[in-house]
Amino acid sequence: MTLETIPIQAFLIVSSGLFCIGIWGLLNSRNAVRVLMSIELMLNAVNINLMAFSSYVDNNLIQGQVFTIFVITVAAAEAAVGLAILLSLYRNRVTVDMESFNLLKW
Amino acid sequence: MSIAITTQIICFTILSLVILIGALGVVLLESIVYSAFLLGGVFLSVAGLYLLLNASFVAAAQVLVYVGAVNVLIIFAIMLVNKKEDLKPINDIKSRRIISTSICLTLLSLLIRVDLTNVWSLSNPQNSIGEESTIRIGEHLFSDYLLPFEVASVLLLMAMIGAIVLARRDVMSKDISTGLPVDQELIEKSSEPLLTNKN
Repeated sequence: MTLETIPIQAFLIVSSGLFCIGIWGLLNSRNAVRVLMSIELMLNAVNINLMAFSSYVDNNLIQGQVFTIFVITVAAAEAAVGLAILLSLYRNRVTVDMESFNLLKW
Repeated sequence: MSIAITTQIICFTILSLVILIGALGVVLLESIVYSAFLLGGVFLSVAGLYLLLNASFVAAAQVLVYVGAVNVLIIFAIMLVNKKEDLKPINDIKSRRIISTSICLTLLSLLIRVDLTNVWSLSNPQNSIGEESTIRIGEHLFSDYLLPFEVASVLLLMAMIGAIVLARRDVMSKDISTGLPVDQELIEKSSEPLLTNKN
């Protein structure tokens, strides 16, 4: 099983693009749910990177795949807590507009 | 690898296109529900990329955790907070868009330059364990990654309790210290914003 046909750079470029789209969504979304979705996109980009390096650079020990498992675990915990915070925010402010969560604004 | 070379390239191209276009749809589409379903498509395509990389266990975990849990959670959250609201216009939205887009494009070009110019020290494909990756992950999780594995279980427990505490509504029939019945008017708040808008 070799992946000589697809160069590692292809995986890295896909993950770079996904990460930048995630950052753009994080900066520009006004809906708080969409911000959480952008964070998930960025975590997936990081996972693609880890998996590509694990297959191409460390293909015997595959420690990158173990790291990906841990990242998926943390992402699930983050999504649960993030959406709970979102619900409690919505209960207090009756909106999901990021612009109205400005209590800590300078 | 049993898949032919051409098939691999075709699969990779289709999956990458679905990932990038789907991600653009997630951040750009007007309707948040479409975004949520497109996000599920992106997660599935990422699982397909993992299969191309011979990582069947991680692909299965990706489908189970992301598509099965995180995406469903996001859709539930959308159903709970889905209220048509007219967003207030922002004055400097245009300059904000320009600045953030230029930052993202700069970062993207920087990352792609690093991807293409750096010489990666690829290992010998002959050493690859191929389809045995699930066994190797199990060995890792119960030997040198045992402590992170246990800490992850504690983290999940903390996240579960934290999510319950944050999201539940405090409704108690009687006061804990005095035992007197609680004035329900204080608990069932009217749905007015507690904090007035700053400007």
